[in-house]
Amino acid sequence: MPDWISQDHEWSADMRAALAGDGVAYKRLLTALTPFLRRICMKACARAGMPASDVEDAVQETLLALHLKRHTWDATQPLTPWLAAIARNKMIDAARRRGRRVETDIADFENVLAAPGADAFERELDRQDALRLLDQLSAKQREAIEAVSIRGESLRDAARTLGVSEGALRVSVHRGLKSLADLYRKATER
Amino acid sequence: MKTEELIAALAADNETRGAPMSRAFAVDLGLGFAVSAAFFFATMGLRDTFVASLSEPRFLFKFVFSLTMAASGFFLAWRLSRPGADPGLASKAVVLAPILVVLASLAEMAATPSNLWVARMIGHNAAHCLMAIPAMSLAPLAGLLLALRHGAPSNGRSAGAAAALAAAGLAATLYAMNCPDDSPLFLAVWYMIATAIVVGVGWLAGGRLLRW
Repeated sequence: MPDWISQDHEWSADMRAALAGDGVAYKRLLTALTPFLRRICMKACARAGMPASDVEDAVQETLLALHLKRHTWDATQPLTPWLAAIARNKMIDAARRRGRRVETDIADFENVLAAPGADAFERELDRQDALRLLDQLSAKQREAIEAVSIRGESLRDAARTLGVSEGALRVSVHRGLKSLADLYRKATER
Repeated sequence: MKTEELIAALAADNETRGAPMSRAFAVDLGLGFAVSAAFFFATMGLRDTFVASLSEPRFLFKFVFSLTMAASGFFLAWRLSRPGADPGLASKAVVLAPILVVLASLAEMAATPSNLWVARMIGHNAAHCLMAIPAMSLAPLAGLLLALRHGAPSNGRSAGAAAALAAAGLAATLYAMNCPDDSPLFLAVWYMIATAIVVGVGWLAGGRLLRW
């Protein structure tokens, strides 16, 4: 049995809980996945000759895609190959944006998982600002996303601060995230 | 925005989740097929000899062929709708319908004198077949493309082509209930050309519409 399977059990269990409505498990999962996705993106960027400054953009784009498409994960299958396929798809888009080709092998995720984690460079990327597309959202969507992300408020608190209903805020957050994913894609199609 | 902040936003959005893929496929394809079926019964309808033909092997084979095409296309589109899914057997199953029609054509040639072959191949109304099958494919194809957009196919063109094969199979099933030509030789030429047109459209549409 390859080593990644035992790791995958944990991730798959968290994703199943998240899909059943467990927000805490979901946040834990996304946090745990990020270093893995970052390493996939670092490798792909290096191979395509893309600057390291693109890595965090690719990580965030991948996180957005996996969020918006998480209903396509087949819960009877391991999560990691599904994740790696999403990351690969997003890396191909990111490379195309720069007029480059990237050859990524999905099977590569096993090596990525086996590699030692967080060095100083990765920690630096973690602090980097990406997703500068936030400014292009409508004011309503941007405020909604900033409230729950940068200020880290809960939906209920943020709704009270902004003076809107929780349901309306939930819709704004979701639409805002979808718009961000669309903005990334449009940047590719240009 | 820092990645950690994005994660907070995604976690806050966990309440909003997409419908299961199975529901998207069932609803979108169901509606698309209903549109084509309504169109078929409103404009063409069953041929006069429909009931009498139900005991004729050539007539029944048309449905074996078209439904095999529909099922294999659907199976492949379903498998290709998720990132990193392995299409496995589904990608091989798409050759079943063409193989069936070739075998049936050989049987037809063995069973009929060679001076009838060309007449049976040309049939009564090939142009009608070439228009009706692509036309009735449009609604089911649109439905399947919608379901695939809800998904996340790694390869949009292949997924679009598979969806088109399924749509063409369904359209051919409807059309076969009206079409007076039952010879496998007719299917092998005209139904296959009509299907190829639809698959080409699906391939192109998939490349444009199935990016995510």
